[in-house]
Amino acid sequence: MSTTVTETKQPPTKTDTTGKRVTLTQRDARLGLWLMSPTLLVVLVIVIFPLLWSILLSFQRMRLIQIGRADFFEPLTLANYERVLGSSAFWSSLVITFIYTFGSVVLVIFLGVLAAMAVRQPFRGRTFVRAAYLLPYVAPVVAVTFVWRTMLNPQFGIVNIVGQNVFGWDEPIPFLSQAVGTWNLFGLEIPVPTALLTVIVFEGWRYFPFAFLFLMARLAAMSDEPEEAALVDGATPWQSFRFIVLPQLMPIIGLLAVLRTIWTFNEFDDIFLLTGGAAGTNVASVQIYNYLTVQRNVGQAAAQSVIMALVLVAMLAVYLLILRRRGERV
Amino acid sequence: MSAETVMTPPSQVAAPPEPRRMAHGTKHRVQSRVFRIGRWVVIIGFLIATLVPFYYMLLLSVKPIGSLLQNPASLWVSPSEFTLQTYVDVLSSTASGGQGFGRFLVNSGVVALASVGLALLIGIPGAYAIARLPFIGRRYVSGVFLAAYLFPAILMAIPLFVGFTRLGLRGNLVGLIIVYTAQTVPVAIYMLRNYFETVPEAIEEAGLVDGLTRIGVLRQISLKLALPSIMSTGLFVFMIAWNEFLFALLFLVDRRERWTVSLGLSQLSGSVEVPTTVLMAGSVILTLPIIIIFFATERLLTGGLTAGAEKG
Repeated sequence: MSTTVTETKQPPTKTDTTGKRVTLTQRDARLGLWLMSPTLLVVLVIVIFPLLWSILLSFQRMRLIQIGRADFFEPLTLANYERVLGSSAFWSSLVITFIYTFGSVVLVIFLGVLAAMAVRQPFRGRTFVRAAYLLPYVAPVVAVTFVWRTMLNPQFGIVNIVGQNVFGWDEPIPFLSQAVGTWNLFGLEIPVPTALLTVIVFEGWRYFPFAFLFLMARLAAMSDEPEEAALVDGATPWQSFRFIVLPQLMPIIGLLAVLRTIWTFNEFDDIFLLTGGAAGTNVASVQIYNYLTVQRNVGQAAAQSVIMALVLVAMLAVYLLILRRRGERV
Repeated sequence: MSAETVMTPPSQVAAPPEPRRMAHGTKHRVQSRVFRIGRWVVIIGFLIATLVPFYYMLLLSVKPIGSLLQNPASLWVSPSEFTLQTYVDVLSSTASGGQGFGRFLVNSGVVALASVGLALLIGIPGAYAIARLPFIGRRYVSGVFLAAYLFPAILMAIPLFVGFTRLGLRGNLVGLIIVYTAQTVPVAIYMLRNYFETVPEAIEEAGLVDGLTRIGVLRQISLKLALPSIMSTGLFVFMIAWNEFLFALLFLVDRRERWTVSLGLSQLSGSVEVPTTVLMAGSVILTLPIIIIFFATERLLTGGLTAGAEKG
């Protein structure tokens, strides 16, 4: 290979095994792989390998006690899958996980849009307001769940105190420990999954800043002109939001829905810390944790986590199909 | 309010002079007014919802438990009640009758700082390679990392739990540091890559022409230019590691002397023996570093994360 201009200025110091000279591009490419290799190694060892191992474990009989002795070559079995799919606890937790995910994602996006639209136009103190809105998302989950638990405490929590003193509740509401409560609406008694709703509201509170952040960025980059034109043509504020702003936000909303679904579907911390999975909030990841640490059944925990991963992948595929179809129509 | 009037957005200008608008009549004007008032209701509503829990946390942390139980409706602390004894109780070691959060703070700090160091050490060369160097598979590698970041932690928790138990790394801060590094490297690379791409290529080429090697360019030019971004990436990793709960729970729960602040708070808040107000002091201690970092670097952080969002 002939020497290029760059090379005459900076002669190659390296030669490859055949003794041929290497171009700068080739050297850059090789260096690139070298620079990448630590990352590749870490991701391989801590992410990819565990994933594969998880699949293997789900086909093996393995208890926590056996960890010291067991190896990769335990006999394979479908028993874990049979036990998971045959248990009613799994199906009820799957339903709860779906409700929880759907409710949280919708609430997060709704609150995110509302907040982003409200602070869209500049006003004094906007920077502070924006930073304050992000607090629930950045604060440590253990601290905020503890505060929520204290605020919702039936004995001395501020929410129940205010509810009884100001809103005239007859008795404190056990927000986090009541599976089903009844609401009296115009004489109708409506059963309500109290704890599940509370957990969903918490998700809305904690993660709306995430949606807010991305929607703000999109809104800031949007051109004002279409809206001004619509205003001149007599569009009401609602019309200009509905037909001009919202369609431009849809791609980001779609992305947020996908991301939030991935994360909420396997959310562990929030529910574990708020209710411990009690009172009708036993979502899949908390159940997996219990299989692992309480029942000490590694195989069954792995089997359920693999099933949940497959459900998640299937859901994402449907999501993407819907988004693509939407995209075609718009 | 002068700034406000100047900046009043077009959608809020009521009763404009153009004759065309008049035809649209009262419906338009009513809606505009509703939106203008509603906007402030929403802004203040969100502000209350986001700030009150933190205020409540701070409030309860400076009250004796007795006064909370006596008068739970109070949203104020009188000077006679004000106490910092809760902080003393929560921070001092168990040997001297406290809850040992001082020890937990050290653990959390060690884990978070080590994770930041490792994530940057691994992430910076990786991000630079993705941004600048034409290696095989470069185009796919960032997608793979993003997928790795999106993957739910609970899925990796089981095999890591088993594997680390066998390696004797469970119950050990080193195990936690390794996991946090692996979890944060993809984000670090995502953020850093964006910054490296903004460094003008011409500057780097000039460095090459002047006889620097690629590594020399990375160290002496790109790193210096990207320093603020590296800081913000480091702080972001710090926040993730400081806040993390699941792996701390899985790995360290049996070893009280190794608990992180998050784990300590969650474990102690389950017991009835520790007064709520003392634990609130623990919550404040856990939250404060994050809030300080966040307010100091809010601009940098949010900019780095949503870098792709403007394109829509």
